[in-house]
Amino acid sequence: MTKRFSLLAALLTVAVIAQQAAAQVAVRGKTIHTMAGAPIQDGIVVIQDGKISAIGRADQISIPEGFKILEAEVVTPGLIDAHSTVGLAGILNTPHDQDQLESSAPIQPELRAIDAYNPADPLIEWIRSFGVTTIHTGHAPGELISGQMLIAKTRGETVDDAVLVPGKAIAATLTTAAHKEGGKSPGTRGKSVAMLRAELIKAREYLDKQQRAEKVAADAAAKPAEAKPADDKPADGEEAKKPEPIARDLRLEALVEVLKKERPLMVTADRAQDIMSALRLAKEFDFTLWLDGAAESHLLIDEIKAAGVPVISHAPMQRAFGERENQSMETTAKLMKAGIPVALQAGYESYVPKTRVVLFEAAIAAANGLKFDEALRTITIDAARLLGIDKQVGSLELGKDGDVALYDGDPFEYTTHCLGTVINGQVVSEVKR
Amino acid sequence: MRIPALQVLASLTFFLPLALPSHAAADDRPQAFVGAKIIPVEGDEIDVGTLVVQGGKIVAVGPKDTVTIPEGAETIDVTGRTIMPGLVDTHSHVGGSGSLGGADGSGPIQPGVRILDSLNVRDPGFKRAVAGGLTTLNIMPGSGHLVSGQTVYVKLRLEPLPAKIDDFFIPRDDGQPAGGLKMANGTNSMRDTPFPGTRGKSAFLVREQYIKAREYHDKVIRAAGDPTKLPPRDLNLETLVEAMQGKRIVHHHTHRHDDIITVLRLAKEFQFPVVLHHVSDGWKVADEIAAAKAPCSVIVIDSPGGKLEARDARFETGGILERAGVITGFHTDDWITDSRLFRRSAALAVRAGMSRAAALKALTLAGAEMLGLQDRIGSLKVGKDADFAILEGDPLSVYCKTQQTYVDGVKVFDRSDPEDYLFAVGGLGAGNEQSPYMCCFDDARILGGGK
Repeated sequence: MTKRFSLLAALLTVAVIAQQAAAQVAVRGKTIHTMAGAPIQDGIVVIQDGKISAIGRADQISIPEGFKILEAEVVTPGLIDAHSTVGLAGILNTPHDQDQLESSAPIQPELRAIDAYNPADPLIEWIRSFGVTTIHTGHAPGELISGQMLIAKTRGETVDDAVLVPGKAIAATLTTAAHKEGGKSPGTRGKSVAMLRAELIKAREYLDKQQRAEKVAADAAAKPAEAKPADDKPADGEEAKKPEPIARDLRLEALVEVLKKERPLMVTADRAQDIMSALRLAKEFDFTLWLDGAAESHLLIDEIKAAGVPVISHAPMQRAFGERENQSMETTAKLMKAGIPVALQAGYESYVPKTRVVLFEAAIAAANGLKFDEALRTITIDAARLLGIDKQVGSLELGKDGDVALYDGDPFEYTTHCLGTVINGQVVSEVKR
Repeated sequence: MRIPALQVLASLTFFLPLALPSHAAADDRPQAFVGAKIIPVEGDEIDVGTLVVQGGKIVAVGPKDTVTIPEGAETIDVTGRTIMPGLVDTHSHVGGSGSLGGADGSGPIQPGVRILDSLNVRDPGFKRAVAGGLTTLNIMPGSGHLVSGQTVYVKLRLEPLPAKIDDFFIPRDDGQPAGGLKMANGTNSMRDTPFPGTRGKSAFLVREQYIKAREYHDKVIRAAGDPTKLPPRDLNLETLVEAMQGKRIVHHHTHRHDDIITVLRLAKEFQFPVVLHHVSDGWKVADEIAAAKAPCSVIVIDSPGGKLEARDARFETGGILERAGVITGFHTDDWITDSRLFRRSAALAVRAGMSRAAALKALTLAGAEMLGLQDRIGSLKVGKDADFAILEGDPLSVYCKTQQTYVDGVKVFDRSDPEDYLFAVGGLGAGNEQSPYMCCFDDARILGGGK
């Protein structure tokens, strides 16, 4: 029987693909955690054409004819991992499947996760089989600025099928993982911040130039055409005033989006002094900061709260060595109790396991200070709010995406199984795992 | 493998401190733990039981109404709690082993190197381990060699705080600290010369050394104690001889199915006792492992992969091996997984089909068997060491907390003590002095190609 395992897995895959044709689904749960109000006991979620078309108590909802019906003890919204590298950091951990970190230069915000995301990596199937449906994924910590993240659903054969938001946070690193050896920069904390400031100042100048050029163009467009004779040559002084055409700079364009608050800068920082540096930078350049990892954030609750900055808290089970030596399994609970917006993450792993599973991480948080509902929020609605996608995902409400996870008990218990996962109304996993 | 204390005293006074750890018998007053659910591992679970310990040993265990509490005993009410044997971790790198201890990069086969010469007794990893209910560890040298050196079996006698690693040792019959021999195959030990570059070369290098060791031993026998005929002492070959004599169990890192079969082939040729460690592909060759009667210590990781050889690792391995009749245990490989969460490995195996009884045995008695210490630890049985954990909740639940851990009847962890609590959950100061196991990863980058 054991030797037929892979054959069985192949058959299951075929079965799952076949299911995807039936896009009309109803999910019945003894308990449905909608994350929008109290849980519904014995409830039904109806998903029509990918969106939730009805939700409520079973005696109040009728399932349209022909709908596929799934049943489970416990039903939750599809889970959201607020920071992953799955799709870029592949399962095999050999050079050909590792696209999460480009080390040719310390600052490369122009790198886009969308140009590297591999929707066929088996780790996507793996996390999906535990109910994870949405991931904020992309470049890993390890360079001062390592690239642009995207938000994907854990489905699809191409990145275009998978993508929810093509470009989200820009990932920056203020840990010693970004430090270089052999006299290369950055080699220290001071130099790291100096380099980031210099680059952001450059981006601000680029933005100023762009805005001047736009103004000149707008002024010219506003001038009546007859006031300008066709053969009129500009006077010497006017020629000098005309701005140079701006050569596009993909790196600065990306940082300009940060300065315009169109994109957050997600700064991975673990030591308290690095977290403070991130807060200082955000104040100086007035950008949207997401603190990431933040192993010592439990020492700076007041400062983070005063800055109004959300935290994508580290995986409670990540290894507590080096700059993370003071991390705590209770950090997420402390942040939430202080009223700081917080989401959990599986994070980046350079070795075994190649990815963590955000469901398992929330379970450890639930066992270390968070109530069940609070822990579930960190991987559903609170994560969606933090990522700015809560109109679409994160809770089971009318009109939202039909993303659902099914369990045969408390999802956080070690011995509970995920029975199925639905994304946009398609059953994408039916493996009992 | 029980150590008759008198015999050790008589023959090896030098090792007196090892045979009689200073903390153990400080207070000979019996302690009775009353009212807890008891999971003895050997025998059925007891709903409401009593456990009596004295002089570092278990003197009585059973249902509450059948156990007579000795006169003068200190009675500790543990109603509502669960008591199980201290957990046995068959593969740990706590204490600063990994690349900081054991064999170095000078060659692939270094059996003479002892991990006990490089351990930091103050490493907070030990405190985390007792916070997880662990009481016995097999600390492994390596990684990255065909033979990384001698492992050491330790008991976490953390109270009072030990001054030297010797306070953790378990003496063998000959007084030497008990331990095994760490070996590896597959990509783990394949590197640039003088390391092997292929699997064929790996096996050849190992066979060559074991054959040399056999010849060395033959010479020693032929010399019959005549110093003029004895070969010069060779610490490497001596250690391999110990393995072939069954005095040192080989703890063999191996992932891929073909590498597992190679280990079984070599163990048969040289007749060394072997425990297979990690066994990512073990589920593919479970019947072959069972036929060879090789115990397996399984690593449970949160996702498959991270390296080619672990691509097919799965939670089902423990259950498949159990059903094939293999003695199955688990290990933390700490820092690969966290000692504080060791029970989680067994729980995830239960999630994927292993029986509860086998999973609880895997954390305790099966581990003890893999270290040859099953007569002394691994279950709650009269005469065995008083090593146990008091839990709040079911041991296979995520919400279950280790409340107290006892080694030799002495409390070495108490969650209600703020200092111990710090190591149980983390926080400022929890990481001081720790030396991570750094074989294969750092903060961001893969080292050594993710082997």
